[in-house]
Amino acid sequence: MLAASPRLRATVLRVAQSIPVVIGVVVISFLLTRALPGDPAVYFAGVAADTASIEQTRVAMGLDKPLPQQFVIYVGDLLQGDLGQSLSSGRSVAADLAKRLPASLELTLTALLLAIAIAVPLGVLAATRPGTWVDHLCRVVVTAGVSLPTFFTGILLIYIFYYLLGVSPSPLGRLDFIYLDPDHVTGFYLIDAALMGDWETWRGAAKQLILPASTLALFTLAPIARMTRASMLTALSSDFIRTARAAGLSNPRVLYGYAFRNALLPVVTTLGMVFSFALGANVLVEKVFAWPGIGSYAVEALVVSDYAAVQGFVLAMALLFVTLNLVIDLLYTAIDPRIGFSSK
Amino acid sequence: MTEQTTRRNFLKMGAAGASVLPFLRAMPAAAQASDTLVVVTGATINSLDLHRTGTSRASYQVGINCYDRLLSFGTKEAVGGGLSYDYEVIEPELAESWTESEDGLTLTFKLKPDATFWDGRKVTAADVKWSFDRAVSVGGFPTVQMKAGGLERPDQFVAVDDETFVINLDRPSKLTIPDLAVPVPYIINSVEALANATEDDPWAMDYLHMTAAGSGAYKVARWSPGEQLVYERNDTWVGGAMPAVKRVVIREVPSPATRRALIERGDVQVAFDIPDKDAAELSEIIDVFSTPVENCIHCLCPNFAFEPFQDADVRKAIAYAIPYDDIFQAAAFGRGLPMWGGSEEINDISWPRKTQYYTDVEKAKELMAGSAYPDGFEVPLSISLDLASWMEPTALLVQEALGKIGITVEIEKIPGANWRTAVLVEKRLPLHLENFGGWLNTPDYYFFWAYQDGHLFNSSNYRNEEIEELTNATLHMPMDDPEYAPKIKRMFEIVLDELPRIPLYQPALNVAANGAEGYEFWFHRQLDARPLKAV
Repeated sequence: MLAASPRLRATVLRVAQSIPVVIGVVVISFLLTRALPGDPAVYFAGVAADTASIEQTRVAMGLDKPLPQQFVIYVGDLLQGDLGQSLSSGRSVAADLAKRLPASLELTLTALLLAIAIAVPLGVLAATRPGTWVDHLCRVVVTAGVSLPTFFTGILLIYIFYYLLGVSPSPLGRLDFIYLDPDHVTGFYLIDAALMGDWETWRGAAKQLILPASTLALFTLAPIARMTRASMLTALSSDFIRTARAAGLSNPRVLYGYAFRNALLPVVTTLGMVFSFALGANVLVEKVFAWPGIGSYAVEALVVSDYAAVQGFVLAMALLFVTLNLVIDLLYTAIDPRIGFSSK
Repeated sequence: MTEQTTRRNFLKMGAAGASVLPFLRAMPAAAQASDTLVVVTGATINSLDLHRTGTSRASYQVGINCYDRLLSFGTKEAVGGGLSYDYEVIEPELAESWTESEDGLTLTFKLKPDATFWDGRKVTAADVKWSFDRAVSVGGFPTVQMKAGGLERPDQFVAVDDETFVINLDRPSKLTIPDLAVPVPYIINSVEALANATEDDPWAMDYLHMTAAGSGAYKVARWSPGEQLVYERNDTWVGGAMPAVKRVVIREVPSPATRRALIERGDVQVAFDIPDKDAAELSEIIDVFSTPVENCIHCLCPNFAFEPFQDADVRKAIAYAIPYDDIFQAAAFGRGLPMWGGSEEINDISWPRKTQYYTDVEKAKELMAGSAYPDGFEVPLSISLDLASWMEPTALLVQEALGKIGITVEIEKIPGANWRTAVLVEKRLPLHLENFGGWLNTPDYYFFWAYQDGHLFNSSNYRNEEIEELTNATLHMPMDDPEYAPKIKRMFEIVLDELPRIPLYQPALNVAANGAEGYEFWFHRQLDARPLKAV
């Protein structure tokens, strides 16, 4: 069956190739967390702990065992799908990630869709009309997006739309306290609320999403717009476009049928990169908007040397990126049939 | 709690239709309704069980609002406006009355006969015993705190009958009664807990971590860690005056700027533990309570393990070089109390007290010239990145000032995770900033932790035989003992002369209220939701 479908075979091959990566991530994340200076036993023993109670805490946490033994225990648990217990949140890391990853994904994906919706048309327009006001607008937006740190944009938006104008809801996280969380299906509030048919909650969740998503979109649209413009310019000046125009094809057909499709490859690559760093880098947006996402979770875990939580986070991110890269590779072949898996 | 609370049964928890309504419909006015208060805080409540290892400080408030202790403290007017708990006045909470034997070794408590847990079961002495046994057995912080009051072993606690509970002490101590009113010795529904205990987990740590089972003024209606905790009033509470507010929502908002916008707009009624800067600026617009934290001092600590600091003249030179007022304004925005420029003569036993030192660079230079290090030396000044808001400006000002007397200071920033290990456990930082505060408000308790050799907060490796002896003598001595005051005065005299810790200022806990009143400061520095009222 594998031989019959080259795409399936290639996919399986790619997944197999990612196994060493994941093993590497497991080993490195384990060693790195242990290499962190700081003693979690001291931290978790509490404010007024003495030597004896610190030692008790160390034994309770299993940190008195030699490193190789700790690693064997960790891998054994991992193979059973147990990511361990986070000490700071006091829940299993898997449960924490299941709750927080969708929050981050919902925010990041919404921001990314928003960014694409603005950046791609802007980039295309700027490329087709270089030197005009659209091009300048593109340049201004890109520069602003890159140069304004997200926490600053976030606070500025809160100041204008919540504090001064009062049109935004209180920046209190995913849902104002007057709503109840929708039943957990996907963890995406917009989807879960829609599935329940609870449009009141859906609107509440959507309203909470607007400001943080705009903040993140402003930050992420810069590279996308920039890349779209650059690759469109390259495509438009290439020989096949001249040929197409010479052949008398209509302008939209030349623009979207030939130039845009060819320009899309680097844009998709950029999208993948932007998505990965946005997911990690939205910590500041999460902090400003009290968004219970994975970035702030990881940072808090790191600050208190909460080994299991940090390892779980790194592993989840690694798996996410492996999947993302796979999806992007598959997208390449869909966009440009010339790229075959056999050539890789 | 979170897992068990489905949408349906949560709605059932609300009393009548009207009280449920605000949760169903999006009405901004709902927040202003007098039966709901919204509190924002930057800290995370990570457990409902204070006894568990790893429970954050912010979680202590669950122990206060959802559980009862035998005793509580009274209320008084606070310095800096608002109310404060009163260490001098002990009030009953679950105990109706208590007696102390002649020799002070036996404490007998009568429980309130009408006290019930949330499940309707009567609170018995067996519950008290189980809860105390748990606190002294689980290890870590609760066990240490119990020990401070002389409560060390389960065999000290006896449930005589349903309503009589006896504590047998090894030695009489003035710290025992106050230690029963701190958050740690709270009373758990032992039947409910035991039903959920396992052989590996005899104290039901896993169950109580996620579920509160108490008799306190508020029940936990909803809890999502990292987001919010919703308290719902327990209408059968007998531990004190019935809270005026039916529902209190504790919402976690990490960014101080966002918290400030929320409280200024009045969409939330209380912003708990706000930065000094915001407190100073907001106090013009809304109610801000900046209560000096009792028995807590921000100090500059010269470590005796570092040779130049063994020279008394060097330590005094530093104490005269420090720009106290600049630090107080830059690091604390004037919130809190100054700890400098007092009289050298010690007439009272109140602590923290103003030291006899003040900023006098000439005097500092003279002292340095007379020391063994007239040409100065180099030393790193360590600060914690987690506490950078006050430590960083303080360190910069200290660096500048010590430069003037020939001490070259290099600021070393230590990540929060390593800070405790470096400063308190290994005690290896030559010069550092430190801010111990004791829960039990007596000077001897502060000395026990911060000046006795080998104790956790003595980060200067200080040892003085007389201090060792006097602290041991005063720690359990009643404060009205005629020997107490002279001994305490002598202790003040020694440490303020020898300066293992150079007091800078007493910090404040800042709380802003916009639409709420009745806020009360507590030594545990967490929110007691019970006296709050909406206005």
